[in-house]
Amino acid sequence: MKGNEALAYGALESGLNAYFAYPITPSSEIPETLAREFGDRKYPQYKCFIQSASELEAINMVLGAASTGALAMTATSGPGFSLKQEGLSYAACMELPLLIVDICRAGPGLGNLGPEQSDYFQATKGGGHGSYHLIVLAPASVQEMASFPKLGFDLAFKYRNPVLILGDAFTGQLKEDVEFPSWKAPNYDISWAVGDSNGRGPHILNSLELDYQKHYEHIGRIFEKYRTAEEKEVLYEEYFTEDAEVVIVAFGIASRIARGVVNNQRKNGNRVGLFRPITLWPFPSKALRKLANEGKRFLDVELSTGQMIEDVRLAVGSGVTVNFLGRWGGIVPTERELEREIRRLEIVAA
Amino acid sequence: MTQQSALKVKVGRIKSLTENPTHYCAGCEHGTLTKLIAAAMDDLNIREKTVMIDSVGCSVLAFNYLNCDHVVAAHGRAPAVAAGVKRLRPDLTVFTVQGDGDAISIGLLETIYAAKRATPITIFAVNNGIYGMTGGQMAPTTLPGQVTTTTPYGRDPALTGTELDISKLIGQIDGAAYVKRTSLVVSEISTPRGKVYTIKNLLESKRTVENAFRVQALGGFAFVELLSTCSVNWKMSVLDAKRRVNDEVIKRFPLGLYRDTYGVEKA
Repeated sequence: MKGNEALAYGALESGLNAYFAYPITPSSEIPETLAREFGDRKYPQYKCFIQSASELEAINMVLGAASTGALAMTATSGPGFSLKQEGLSYAACMELPLLIVDICRAGPGLGNLGPEQSDYFQATKGGGHGSYHLIVLAPASVQEMASFPKLGFDLAFKYRNPVLILGDAFTGQLKEDVEFPSWKAPNYDISWAVGDSNGRGPHILNSLELDYQKHYEHIGRIFEKYRTAEEKEVLYEEYFTEDAEVVIVAFGIASRIARGVVNNQRKNGNRVGLFRPITLWPFPSKALRKLANEGKRFLDVELSTGQMIEDVRLAVGSGVTVNFLGRWGGIVPTERELEREIRRLEIVAA
Repeated sequence: MTQQSALKVKVGRIKSLTENPTHYCAGCEHGTLTKLIAAAMDDLNIREKTVMIDSVGCSVLAFNYLNCDHVVAAHGRAPAVAAGVKRLRPDLTVFTVQGDGDAISIGLLETIYAAKRATPITIFAVNNGIYGMTGGQMAPTTLPGQVTTTTPYGRDPALTGTELDISKLIGQIDGAAYVKRTSLVVSEISTPRGKVYTIKNLLESKRTVENAFRVQALGGFAFVELLSTCSVNWKMSVLDAKRRVNDEVIKRFPLGLYRDTYGVEKA
């Protein structure tokens, strides 16, 4: 199954109620799959599929659907992700749980349809106006594309915050075997939702607060949630890091290539390991710092001109070597290229 | 019959209204519309099953005044948010109150596509010919020659075009079931004893608000454009502003029914 299709079925299996679509390559298999499955008796909870007239309309429909406590989502790619920022900023301030997918392509501007990871800043630093974060999950396999919608909805409802799955053109188009665990039907707390105001005061889902002190406190509360998420929700994978001299730090598709490089280097007796952040926000800073304290050196590999490297550098602190290898423009480096680069940088013996 | 309706607006506690005083300027018709909507919610007994989508502009604080659930949308996006709520909860009454900048400028796509898809929601669009909340800039409904803070020498049609007739536009869309333009402005009539004010426009608007909710209950998209003043930003007295609507604005934006698929006006 293709990564994008796996993600669509993963969303349905996790109890998706509503999908709002706007076509953009290379994410379109997600809405196409969800359009095909709409009305299937297998998913009785799946009540709504609408193709919107714009990315803005789609994200604001998601926002409306999420206001009712529904499991609502949309997917897009780079140029569309820029347009989604408006809705995401509002949803974060209104504390609405929703799921968004960015199948990252080469940018800026129209760029091209090849894979990049250059939406990292936009994904992890807020992206829209104001102080907020998305919780960001970075799948590196078709299996993770299938499983992360469930994880995403769980986190979105737990923290009442938008969750982003940041894939790329490669993981979206990749074909691999996939299994769908039988998840329980969701039973999230939606006591805050709008709908039936019988016997209670009005529920007002709002991002406007003209009282500066109250707004200060509201955003402060949201950032307390974020601190809890930073304590509890960090996910990462370590591969041969224990005795490694050099640790490659990479996420998503770049980590797949890096894994092959680690295997090859290990055969040659070179102690290379891989550290793969799975949550890009909250970022696994503590785990990286621990590796740095053990005296390891780092090679950050990204399909961009270098964005995650800023978080890696912050995590490991000054005085620690962090080299960088980036490919952009839609180009994915081969294992051999990566290894040549490693030798060139004299990170390991030839 | 209409006399009784008038009485109901004036007296008796409207349950759908909160007790908060409004922030609207003296003479502004936003408060009038809020009251008409609240009265309709009471009469149709829908308050507890109603979600208002508040838009950006002078209507943004409506959550302080209407005693129902609210979702406050981004500028222009209220119809999209409303569609999201309504598609998941078809049993609810979902409506927006938007200004002309919101519904006809930055949110024109959202307005048109809500109609195109026959989304069963109700939109109340207040047309006062200006951006009120931001301090009186040109709106798509600003008349040629009208002075605003961004047309300080008068709106020049050669550069900015003429006013946009949203009811005519939405009235052409097959998905729209009910499109009507009314006025929230009291008007003067001459009597043998001199000029008096009549609230016939308000009574007509009240009937229209109710019809717009009935159309939604029948599964249709309803759009009501309501002419209003903005005396503060027009830099006129309240009375002169009301005269301007009745003498001038109404000629460019004639009141009337632009679409009524279900025939609710006849019923």
